[in-house]
Amino acid sequence: MTRRDVVVTGLGATTPLGGDVPSTWQATLAGTPGARKMDNDWAEKYSIPVDFAATIAVKPSEVLAVPEIKRMDPSAQYAVIAAREAWQDAGAPEIDPTRLGTVVSSGIGGVWTLLNGWDTLRERGARRVLPMTVPMLMPNSPAAYVELEFGAQAGAHALVSACASGAEAIGYGVDMIRSGRADVVIAGGTEAAIHPMPIAAFAASRTLSTRNDDPAAASRPYDTARDGFVLGEGAGIVVLESAEHAAARGAKVYATLAGVGLSSDGYHITSPEPNGRGQISAMRDALADADIDLSAVRHLNAHATSTTVGDLIEARSVREVLGSVADQVALSATKSMTGHLLGGAGALETIFTVLALHERVAPPTINVSDPDPELTLDLVRDEPRRLDDGPLAAINNSFGFGGHNVALVVTRD
Amino acid sequence: MALNETEVLAGLTEIIVEETGIDAGDVALEKSFTDDLDIDSLSMMTIVAQAEDKFEVTIPDDEVKNLATVGDAVGFITKAQG
Repeated sequence: MTRRDVVVTGLGATTPLGGDVPSTWQATLAGTPGARKMDNDWAEKYSIPVDFAATIAVKPSEVLAVPEIKRMDPSAQYAVIAAREAWQDAGAPEIDPTRLGTVVSSGIGGVWTLLNGWDTLRERGARRVLPMTVPMLMPNSPAAYVELEFGAQAGAHALVSACASGAEAIGYGVDMIRSGRADVVIAGGTEAAIHPMPIAAFAASRTLSTRNDDPAAASRPYDTARDGFVLGEGAGIVVLESAEHAAARGAKVYATLAGVGLSSDGYHITSPEPNGRGQISAMRDALADADIDLSAVRHLNAHATSTTVGDLIEARSVREVLGSVADQVALSATKSMTGHLLGGAGALETIFTVLALHERVAPPTINVSDPDPELTLDLVRDEPRRLDDGPLAAINNSFGFGGHNVALVVTRD
Repeated sequence: MALNETEVLAGLTEIIVEETGIDAGDVALEKSFTDDLDIDSLSMMTIVAQAEDKFEVTIPDDEVKNLATVGDAVGFITKAQG
């Protein structure tokens, strides 16, 4: 049996850089930092050592109706906003609902709803805890609301793998189409965890940047002065479609989602395996799955969160996988602008990777004033870079606490 | 100070509109929560919890099943304010 090719026909996002894909992408190409001082007193009130984050650019209250805001956790709100855009972008295809699936992941789940419910219980008692609390906090809630939005009946899934969740969701969506379970899948990731408790917890694990005096410069992957990631929020959603389904309806095709590679480190709950064993395996599997010549790879959107250890392990893994081909690969670390969307990151960065190929331009990496001398890859700094004419392939890496590694390969003619 | 039925209806309408997105013009005393306004049980319990807050009354669970129409709820709340 010939495997069904899977193409990307729709893109949607709401991010720290913009309320949709075009505004986010333009801000990315322009090298705009998304991190800003938070408009609250959490740092002072709770003695949290971080007072900034990459907060969402367009608040859901500006685009959703009040009942939608009240019935959905912010993580689901972001997902629904992004999914509506992606679906419209795909031309709102007419489809048999039993052939439409959804896979929408969150790394953390409905943490605002959970903690607000806890506050209500303690302050006002059980009768004031909202009946919608459970369907709002459950980690499959964003997937379910996207499923309901479009009446999808081929399955609604929420794969959870921390910061790899969004990419894993897209990988699973590819599998649903290849295996014949669906013709179209709305897939991606979302996160809304800019709440004082997760910030305090990430700060306690010493993974967040504490550059309070200059938030815009805090996310600086591969720079020698990097000191941790910047927490972001938002969602990225893509419409995946079997190539024949897309062709039959004359859909606009951005790129092909050609390869999926998944692995686990089997090593440590938070630290990546120091030799990049799992990362290398995921990238190799994705490239083999895509069945392309290694020399076609011209771009890589790195996981690169701006942590001291993680950035270099990934860079060494990339070199190991690509060898001398790495010298022709434009490396972009877009978290330097978006911050780290956790469960949304892998999906948003897949959108960036798809657009990079579609428009033949690799986005810049900002804040790298002094590149780590151990980085031997070709980092795109400050300005976007034109990619070659002809067929192109790109890799998007996503790794998560728990040792989850996901590599996706995107191609175009 | 206790509110009269018109004031309770206005306040309850606000809650229903915020919870469900129904047009305020569609909310009237004779409307059934389930048959006319298509309000499911989770939404109904949310509306009850918010009405308890807003009007400073208690609406026991046993009573909720007797509140078939908006008018039933307005009547109960108006009386319960004492």
